[in-house]
Amino acid sequence: MSKVKSIAEAVDLLHDGMTVMLPGFLGVGTPKALIDAICAKGIRDLTVIYNDGAFPDVGFGKLVRRGLVRKLIGTHIGTNPELVKLVAEKKIDLELYPQGTLVEKIRAAGAGLGGVLTPTGVGTAVEEGKTIMEIGGKTYLLELPLHADVALLYAHIGDTFGNLVYRRAARNFNPIMATAADLVIAEVANLVETGEIDPDHVMTPGIFVDVVVRGCE
Amino acid sequence: MGADVSRELIARRIARELKGGEVVNLGIGTPTLVANYITPEMNITLHSENGFVGLGPAPAPGEEVPDLVNAGGQPVTVLPGACFFDTAMSFAIIRGGHIDVTVLGALEVDEEGSLANWWIPAKGGPGMGGGMDLVVGAKRVIVAMEHTRKDGTPKIVPRCTMPVTAKGEVDLIVTDMAVIEVTRDGLVLREVAPGVSVSDILARTAARLIVPDEVKEMVA
Repeated sequence: MSKVKSIAEAVDLLHDGMTVMLPGFLGVGTPKALIDAICAKGIRDLTVIYNDGAFPDVGFGKLVRRGLVRKLIGTHIGTNPELVKLVAEKKIDLELYPQGTLVEKIRAAGAGLGGVLTPTGVGTAVEEGKTIMEIGGKTYLLELPLHADVALLYAHIGDTFGNLVYRRAARNFNPIMATAADLVIAEVANLVETGEIDPDHVMTPGIFVDVVVRGCE
Repeated sequence: MGADVSRELIARRIARELKGGEVVNLGIGTPTLVANYITPEMNITLHSENGFVGLGPAPAPGEEVPDLVNAGGQPVTVLPGACFFDTAMSFAIIRGGHIDVTVLGALEVDEEGSLANWWIPAKGGPGMGGGMDLVVGAKRVIVAMEHTRKDGTPKIVPRCTMPVTAKGEVDLIVTDMAVIEVTRDGLVLREVAPGVSVSDILARTAARLIVPDEVKEMVA
């Protein structure tokens, strides 16, 4: 059964106040058509889980500029001066994690784990308020799973069942976020029939994907 | 010394630290320049934390490859043997000890080898990105930075005053004036840049420096 919907139908599944996982690294690997549709519709008060600040006119930065973001859970915002200002003015909340920790929190949620133990952040401001554990003589922080209402993916090739293939550095958070949200919408640059992708080449199994939309390069 | 010249000196000197076959991650800014001094014969594999190994030089104008940027968002190329992966794999490589050397900038480094290179965003800083994982996970951490701030105040201090990226992880500090090794006993001055004296270094370093009998001239 085809999971393909129009962008408008897909965005109708979203509502104000949602927690949204958005893959990408400085905009590479972020779905462009879905972002534009969210901006056009003005779905607001979003908590967004996204690595960085992108740029003011790129990807996640567009949501910020449009005033739709209440909170960012991420790792680095320095590339987006508009976002830096909004965070400093406390108009957008920011929850920061080291990048390797952020991805493991998401992976834990998708993999059914109760959390992960990481040495990253020990002895720094990152450890504040967290459970610290010593195992085999090494100190670790307990980082808890991070789940979202919806994940909006971007793939280079997708079939009608939702099997996905990413291209180059656009893979980044996509395969991990695919596993950790109640609703998973994949924007694909090239839509093909189910069976056309060699099963050995599938990077995200279609079983994780609920909706497929046709995007652009 | 002009800023460009001193950055080149730092980058050249750090390239001499790399050994054949190593997997290396270069941070943004001066550390990126180290790549200019890595020759194919050195057989170094560069890791880019946004999801690949086998990072190559910038493409010629007009030959940018879609979806292929480095961790600074700049268009890049990949070399034969490169491969792409997701962020979980990228940070498994980092945290799991599979990176031999990471080179990154710092705002402060202290006597214990702790470093500060991120600011709390509420105070106008950017956040840590992948820096904390790199510093904790890489086998060897080399800091590339100017010896002092622009106003001349020392960046090498007894104890970091800014939020630290990690505690006691730095192995080597390479500045425009000196090469300093972090040892169990403290910071040891190994080399001074051409035209710089040991007393110049001591005057511009707030941390206690151990000065051995032999301090070499920095060869870049």
